[in-house]
Amino acid sequence: MGTELAAGTAREEVLRRIRVAIADTPAMDAAAVRSEWESLPRDYKRTASLDREAILELLEDRLRDYDATVVRVKAGEVSAEIARMLTERGKRKLVVPEGLPEALGEALPDGFEFGVDHGLTNADLDGFDGVVTASTVAIAETGTIVLQRVPGQGRRAPTLAPDYHLCVVRTADVVETVPEAMARLEPTASLATTFVSGPSATADIEMTRIKGVHGPRFLDVILSA
Amino acid sequence: MRVSLFITCYNDTLFPETGKAVVRVLERLGHTVDFPAGQTCCGQMHWNTGYQDEAMPLLQRFVDQFRDSEAVVSPSTSCIAMMKDHYPLMAERLKDEKLKAEVAELLPRVWEFSQFLTQKLGLEDVGAYYPHRVTYHASCHGLRSLHLGDGPQRLLRAVRGIDLVEIENLEQCCGFGGTFAIKNAEVSSAMLSEKIRGVLNTRAEAVTGCDNSCLMHIGGGLHRERTGVRPVHLAEILASEEGDGL
Amino acid sequence: MSGQALDPTTAPKFQVAAKALMGDSQLRKNVRHATNVIQAKRARVVQEMPDWQELRESGKQIRQHTMRHLDFYLEMFERNCTAAGGVVHWARNAEEARQIVVGLVKASGANGVSPTEVIKIKSMTTEEIQLNKALEAAGIHAYETDLAELIIQLGHDQPSHIVVPALHKNRSQIREIFKREMKLPGVDFSELGGTPQDLADAARKFLREKFLRVQTAVSGANFLVAETGGVCIVESEGNGRMCLTLPETLISVAGIDKVVPTFQDLEVLLQLLPRSATGERMNPYNSIWTGVDKAPSGGDGPRAFHVVLMDNARTEILADEESRQTLHCIRCGACQNACPVYQQTGGHAYGSVYAGPIGAILTPQLMEMHHAQSLPYASSLCGACYEVCPVKINIPEVLIHLRNKVVKQQSSGFNILANPEVMALKAVAKVFQSEAVFRVSQKMGRLAELPLSRKDGQGVGWIGWLPGMLGGWTQVRDLRVMPKQTFREWFEERAKTAPGRRSGDKAGEGGKNGH
Repeated sequence: MGTELAAGTAREEVLRRIRVAIADTPAMDAAAVRSEWESLPRDYKRTASLDREAILELLEDRLRDYDATVVRVKAGEVSAEIARMLTERGKRKLVVPEGLPEALGEALPDGFEFGVDHGLTNADLDGFDGVVTASTVAIAETGTIVLQRVPGQGRRAPTLAPDYHLCVVRTADVVETVPEAMARLEPTASLATTFVSGPSATADIEMTRIKGVHGPRFLDVILSA
Repeated sequence: MRVSLFITCYNDTLFPETGKAVVRVLERLGHTVDFPAGQTCCGQMHWNTGYQDEAMPLLQRFVDQFRDSEAVVSPSTSCIAMMKDHYPLMAERLKDEKLKAEVAELLPRVWEFSQFLTQKLGLEDVGAYYPHRVTYHASCHGLRSLHLGDGPQRLLRAVRGIDLVEIENLEQCCGFGGTFAIKNAEVSSAMLSEKIRGVLNTRAEAVTGCDNSCLMHIGGGLHRERTGVRPVHLAEILASEEGDGL
Repeated sequence: MSGQALDPTTAPKFQVAAKALMGDSQLRKNVRHATNVIQAKRARVVQEMPDWQELRESGKQIRQHTMRHLDFYLEMFERNCTAAGGVVHWARNAEEARQIVVGLVKASGANGVSPTEVIKIKSMTTEEIQLNKALEAAGIHAYETDLAELIIQLGHDQPSHIVVPALHKNRSQIREIFKREMKLPGVDFSELGGTPQDLADAARKFLREKFLRVQTAVSGANFLVAETGGVCIVESEGNGRMCLTLPETLISVAGIDKVVPTFQDLEVLLQLLPRSATGERMNPYNSIWTGVDKAPSGGDGPRAFHVVLMDNARTEILADEESRQTLHCIRCGACQNACPVYQQTGGHAYGSVYAGPIGAILTPQLMEMHHAQSLPYASSLCGACYEVCPVKINIPEVLIHLRNKVVKQQSSGFNILANPEVMALKAVAKVFQSEAVFRVSQKMGRLAELPLSRKDGQGVGWIGWLPGMLGGWTQVRDLRVMPKQTFREWFEERAKTAPGRRSGDKAGEGGKNGH
């Protein structure tokens, strides 16, 4: 695809053109640019305005708008609820990320086949009924659950290939607004991150909204204290 | 107050009735109107069509004609928007500090007619009588550049005898767009159709607005289709009095 | 429209294309329906945001700040992406970008054998550079995996909207396309159902097989995060996640205008974009990843990740201070939905993958003003686009600026003689510079129109036909004739007959400029 020299030439040329184009901007060092960035106006809402209970109710509301089933449980009841939901849905064989029981603080329920994802192939993943994970943060205003590449949430493929996703969200991880969520994610910003806001959807055919083109068509959420 | 009227090139030539109406309303309200005779055009057509160099001299001309006016009023949202949106920029481009200062000093005294009544004079009832069913069309310049809000509608609602009905696509562009109406006649016509449909759905006798460029376009279509609905500038409604026999 | 790529260098003038397309009733109905639906949804989710204007202002400021320091942020992105295991390439233009991508795809095959297939996520940038054609020429078939793009691809068609590219097709047309073109061993698509759900299910089946098998993917990028070296893709269907996660090699093509300074800046853009684009509080899936997962085995996502940073005339736009804001665009399509011109014509009329208001300013500039000169005029300057732009691009101002550029081109040297409009407008400008000449031309106009005038029932003269350029007016509108007396003539006469009333300006009758 060309010599090193050619590649370097394109880079230098593009950067040169940029510098000529923005010659009207005074020359600044990194600290000055950072300072200019810091002084950009941010008068939009950056903190919560609702109380905790209202925030949780808002999240539940938004998730139900997406046809997700949401159940609230007390600490220690997660495993039992997982069992109940999987039974109700008729799901037997689930893929789970490494470190899920530790992330939940509870052992997974008996009576189901939980395959731990130590690096399953795409073909393997196709054989599961669904996936169970924890989560990093949830945004009430938009009904979003955010997953990252950490123990209990795992690689991205397993939450994508199966048709059903059961997600455990801790109430302490629920925030009201997007800025609050980004602030929580910032320390781990370079981990692979997925924002999930309802099942996959398209309105490409006559503007009719259809669910579940790719990715899980069914989402259940356990909101645990 | 002594008000200087900027009639605009197209109103002067095609819609003198609107100018006469502005004079009548202002005099009824106790003001005097003068008319700096050297005025021609604000330069909008040229500026918007891409002939910016040709528009520049018209800025100086406007300032020369009106610099000593107590207030400048014009029954054209597009011309006033042209001035407010572009005259300062044009003076800047000309690198003429004196002109820049004069523009900055003059523009706050320049008003679109309905805005002059509602914002400068704080009025809604100007003593008008117009016993007809009327619908109002909001020109894009009035809506988005001058932020007239519901000022024109408030003036209209205060007119005795009027039956004011709201059009369904109030904020949708009528399709005039200056030279757009000619350069893109097909699309302009399609947009006009939508606006006419909105007008006809109100069953109004007349469609009004603050800008004869829109009204010329809408009225031209209404006439072509022999709808019997007529365009009438807001100023002419406000000028109308009992006993006019209109 | 089929087959022919939307190519601004060969597309017909907007007026010509629009005229043809406006005769397509289904297109017009579909465009109207789609734009109305999205506009209504957008309005709902924007109205519930008390800080919407503040978000727009921050969005504008962030983009403006980025462009002012574009080299700084691109280099930062390159450093951080590379440190995380990504490989960054630079392309000066479309041709170079195509060459780089084709080369990377070829090199991505196992055992040194070039793959013959890649899977793609919808990317306006790759359409801009006509990447698929270049891949085909190299023996590589690129499967579009976004449902609308799949419909377009299988139908040998072109996108007509940034966000809903196949809005000009209805379900029966889509069904026909799928029946005819979808081929999957062991699956019979001939008995395909006709509801949107049936069609989506067919697409799911057709594409899933590809997702699980094809090892190389090509994407665009919504945002490149300089601070972390991360890339963000915003999508609805899940095909993006499939392409970004399952294959071995991922190649992302991004215009240099896609970079944003920090991770935090996404908090603004991820609120502005979904609400503006599809009228949702948040679109179903956002993926943010940085470089590659360096686990020795069973890693998360592709092992090889490449970013191609492309200029392709963006630096030209950057250099023009008045139209630099064009680069702030985050490709939401809200301007298209709000545009009363787009609503009448749909996207193909613009002859470019970028249509509507943003297309009218971006396309001519990407062509360095050599083509698409009719696009800046494809607007009535109503300003509805500016009102809805999430990053406050003053599109009407840029349109006027580009019109000025077009006129200068057309007025240079001998071009001017071939251009009646230029001659006419220059003449009119001279008329306005003298009150006396203006008055004379008013009188002349009155005389000239006499033969064209016909009186109506009230005795008012109307013109139903005008010659030449002006004929555009009388196509569907009548023109009332000039009244016998202009306003200024009336005012002067009134002043003469009523003592105490003043007519002229301070310098007396005729004014100091009356000559």
